[in-house]
Amino acid sequence: MSVYLLRRLIQAGGVVLAMSIIVFIGVFAIGDPVEILISPDADQMERERAVAALGLDKPLWHQYLIFLGKAAQGDLGRSFVFNEPALELILQRMPATLELAFAATFGAILIGLPLGLYAGLRPNSVGSKAIMAGSILGFSLPTFWVGLMLIMVFAVQLGWLPSTGRGDTVEVLGTRWSFLTWNGLQHLAMPALNLALFKISLVIRLTRAGVRETMLMDYVKFARAKGLSPFRVTFVHVFKNILIPVVTVTGLEFGSTIAFSVVTESIFAWPGMGKLIIDSINVLDRPVIVAYLMIVVLMFITINLIVDLMYSVLDPRVRLESK
Amino acid sequence: MSAVVGQGAPIEDPAKIKVETPFRRFCSEFAESKLALGGLIVISIIILVAILAPFISPQDPYDLAVLDIMDGRLEPGEKSGDGSITYWLGTDDQGRDMLSGIMYGLRISLTVGAGSAFIAVMIGASLGLAAAYAGGRTDSIIMRVVDLQLSFPSILVALMILAFLGKSVTNVIIAIVVVEWAYYARTVRGTALVERRREYIEAAECLALPRYRILFRHLLPNCLPPLIVIGTMQVARAIALEATLSFLGLGVPITEPSLGLLIANGYEYMLSGKYWISFYPGIALLVTIVAINLVGDQLRDVLNPRLQK
Repeated sequence: MSVYLLRRLIQAGGVVLAMSIIVFIGVFAIGDPVEILISPDADQMERERAVAALGLDKPLWHQYLIFLGKAAQGDLGRSFVFNEPALELILQRMPATLELAFAATFGAILIGLPLGLYAGLRPNSVGSKAIMAGSILGFSLPTFWVGLMLIMVFAVQLGWLPSTGRGDTVEVLGTRWSFLTWNGLQHLAMPALNLALFKISLVIRLTRAGVRETMLMDYVKFARAKGLSPFRVTFVHVFKNILIPVVTVTGLEFGSTIAFSVVTESIFAWPGMGKLIIDSINVLDRPVIVAYLMIVVLMFITINLIVDLMYSVLDPRVRLESK
Repeated sequence: MSAVVGQGAPIEDPAKIKVETPFRRFCSEFAESKLALGGLIVISIIILVAILAPFISPQDPYDLAVLDIMDGRLEPGEKSGDGSITYWLGTDDQGRDMLSGIMYGLRISLTVGAGSAFIAVMIGASLGLAAAYAGGRTDSIIMRVVDLQLSFPSILVALMILAFLGKSVTNVIIAIVVVEWAYYARTVRGTALVERRREYIEAAECLALPRYRILFRHLLPNCLPPLIVIGTMQVARAIALEATLSFLGLGVPITEPSLGLLIANGYEYMLSGKYWISFYPGIALLVTIVAINLVGDQLRDVLNPRLQK
């Protein structure tokens, strides 16, 4: 296990390094920061001085090493727009995004798992067909359009839920959370549902496919033949075995939930880091873009690592193979 | 004489009896799902509408001369100021007929979606085949890149590319291609690895056929079924991704609005109850994507050997 862990850690480190190179080249080599940072009427001398001050006269690999060294110390540059350290700016907004992503993931499992289980156990019933048709819709509906429709129905027409912002927050452990107040919860409901929609469909499909496949397995037949109650067969023999793909995918999806919250945050004006990155791309605030990309990449790699490790705990075959 | 008749009859027979070719079986199995058949019909209509938009749309939405700002934000079914056109789906803030806007928007959405999917298939399938056939280091390098990319969600990769390259239609297509090629590569490699060990490949190798011929004439056709399924689904995803990027303001320019941009334009009017500017383009987008997914879903069931009866 420790060998496996070490190998995965080294791999993850390699990926972080590779991504930092891609982001560095993408942001620093394609665009010319001099154009943005130095006023157009600066003369040749001033330009050269600025280029030297920014370290842009050094070869690319040298610049990259400087970037990497600063990044390792948590310095990803200052935002041109807010004139604050980019990293701090992102970290300030991260709790809002995490809150939204957790709410969405939790909601997806809470809704998707029972529906998928039902659809898998009774594949030919009308209810299952409706669930499956609904899940196709969940995959097909563009998130942003559903968000708009939610606002139209629940905020504009019915006036039940607020359409934008986080609402009242409570400060716990130094950060502000919405889900602890009723008003905040109301604000959270629509964005979370919007973000969860795709995942609900995914969990339904995974669960259903897993149940249908597992039901045909010999050990399930054997458990039935042994005379175990259908309840025990379903929840012990079948359920346990479908959990592996569901856990893996939900875990992996958590990262993409954070990425896709870009869309949801833009619609519902949720003050998370997704909204920040869209604004930053629109005004070409490069340090913030770099900081966002590096942080999200780091988050992803950590999530993938955790999921892989969980996977190897849940499914011993993975561990054995790696030996 | 009787011998001649006896010989004649069996020759005629095959023409009368429907021979079950793989293609016929495929068609009849596909048609088993009325939903998928409906999806196919809807897709055909949508493509036709998109192609014929300049001839059948009530208005040219790009021709600023015919737009009348006085007709702005009219409700569905209202007539224009001079009574010449009825706006069945209402107008947007510039007095543009939504129906025409949607027809033209479909053209852009479909072009970007199908075009980028096509390029992505070309790149992805070639690399997937190469990885499976060459094996060894080529395989592990290509698949490492695929794994790396697939571990990041499409929207993040697309955002990254658009942040680097700036916004334009070409860059949106590049972004979608970069997002999607990996899916094709992985799919093709998976199938090709199995097919590669079959006897017909061995036979082709024994005949010393050139490598590209083995790859593209022998290996590729046998890897097509899963590629078709993934391809169909990915076109839908490409269209949705383009719409999302355009909605976020990172996609197509405002002069050539795709469905996503039309929806984004209506966003600010939605809160004042003027729903139609966002609603109808969204329906068009939704119908397109659902229809493609229905077809893809049925294709998967039909082409999946594990589910074959």
